[in-house]
Amino acid sequence: MAADPRHSGTQSAGRRGAARPRSPWREQLESYLAHHRRTARDAAMRMRDAPLSSLMTGLVIAIALALPVALMLMLATVQTVSSGWDEAARINVYLADEVDLTQAEGLREHWAGESAISEVELIARDEALGSFRERSGLGEALDFLEDNPLPHTLVLTPEARYQEASALQRLVERLESDEYVVRVQLDLEWLQRLNAIADVLERGVTALGLLLGLAVVLVIGNTIRLAIESRRREIVVAKLVGGTEAFVRRPFLYTGLWYGALGGVLAWWLVEVAFWWLSVPVDRLADLYGSAFGLQRLSFGDVLTLVGASMLFGWLGAWLAVKRHLDAIEPR
Amino acid sequence: MIEFERVTKRYADHSVALHDVSFALERGEMAFLTGHSGAGKSTLLKLIMLMERPSSGRVQVGGQPLDRTPRRRIPYLRRHIGVVFQDHQLLFDRTVFDNVAMPLEVTGVPPRDVARRVRAALDKVGLLSKERMNPVRLSGGEQQRIGIARAVVNKPPLLLADEPTGNLDPALSAEIMDLFREFNRVGVSVLVASHDISLVQAMGCRMLTLSEGRLTGDGSHSQMRGAYGG
Repeated sequence: MAADPRHSGTQSAGRRGAARPRSPWREQLESYLAHHRRTARDAAMRMRDAPLSSLMTGLVIAIALALPVALMLMLATVQTVSSGWDEAARINVYLADEVDLTQAEGLREHWAGESAISEVELIARDEALGSFRERSGLGEALDFLEDNPLPHTLVLTPEARYQEASALQRLVERLESDEYVVRVQLDLEWLQRLNAIADVLERGVTALGLLLGLAVVLVIGNTIRLAIESRRREIVVAKLVGGTEAFVRRPFLYTGLWYGALGGVLAWWLVEVAFWWLSVPVDRLADLYGSAFGLQRLSFGDVLTLVGASMLFGWLGAWLAVKRHLDAIEPR
Repeated sequence: MIEFERVTKRYADHSVALHDVSFALERGEMAFLTGHSGAGKSTLLKLIMLMERPSSGRVQVGGQPLDRTPRRRIPYLRRHIGVVFQDHQLLFDRTVFDNVAMPLEVTGVPPRDVARRVRAALDKVGLLSKERMNPVRLSGGEQQRIGIARAVVNKPPLLLADEPTGNLDPALSAEIMDLFREFNRVGVSVLVASHDISLVQAMGCRMLTLSEGRLTGDGSHSQMRGAYGG
């Protein structure tokens, strides 16, 4: 009597005692998929029927996800800024006021001969004033100056193999010891610091992301736990009429999946809104630095990853809740 | 169909619900299980459903020994047993139709067959016209008949009922019992637990009497008159 339904094959419909599906495997599969579709739709409908609580749960998930995502994007922005400069660390050497153009030419020749240096560019003081006039917007105010306050400047590009902190440091010291040199400015320093800070932040954001991911799993787990409680009778009846564990779990796993999807989409939306709001001041800042950098945005692939990860978290949370609470519900 | 072989059921608190019970219910047979409340009727039914497992002894259902049935196989076993409960276990968040359709949904019956079979089951219990209603709006007798429709929609070879008339007046109770007899007439094995002796006697079926966990009587009601102190 208790024959395995999978072995019952094709018996004529309506025969007594043949309570198993009598359809060929194809029809079985279709009805299995139809049940999946129905369960998925039913889970979505239940969320739609309680829009406010669904939205609140979705927002909690979204905020937990949007925070690390936004931080990661900002970090990525910082890293693109620094990486553009990284390879061409340049050293600005400001020469003393009394150094005239010919002497400056001589120094340029001299430093260009150094093995550590691949290129030296001389920015004459008039040239420097000209570009300052153009870029600072101070134009006419500069006409009030009696003479040019800017020194001649040499811009040194070190050889690639000297692009390394300690070698650069030694080079800077040698440059500083020159009697005609007033000041040496190494662009790399702040970039290195920025990179170091970015590395620290990256780890911080990763840790935060993991923690908040866990929070999403727990939030969804708790939501599913409540859903299980409220559908207790239904679970008991399903188990009494022969519903398998998988059958009973399915609606809750779909609910978790949909909460994840909702949270992921809302998180994307939150990040977009926040970045749209930030973009105006950021653009102005970039403009002031004469830089073309802008905030990194989420690509289509990033959005898919975000929503996918969120759905995974949702499924995981639901699975944990189901494992803990659903299997304990047995008809008594 | 059902075979109990020296079955004892002790609960965790050491109370003995069934003591050394042996009996067999043949395929196509109909029998009543009687006894005072607490005599072990529900425990006996739960053992058949694998809601409980015996402490000792063997239970066979449909020729299959239950003692080696792993947990994950239990659902497949239950699909061959229709059960009717005293509190009918209907769900009030869905229609009569959807309640009756549950056993079919669980086994993955194609949707077009579901509708046909649900209506056939509702027709048998005389409630075809109420398929779109919520069971909460129906009377106690009607609710119990929906419970019966759900129990038989899968065409199980075995039908169990635990105090199916517990909350009903005598006229409705007789109606419900007649339904069971009808199913038995078309070949379904039926085992009904009830403490309503006069109702059971009126049916004239085989009667298994439990008393404090022991099977104290087994026979038709005429043979039983003395055994059940009544």
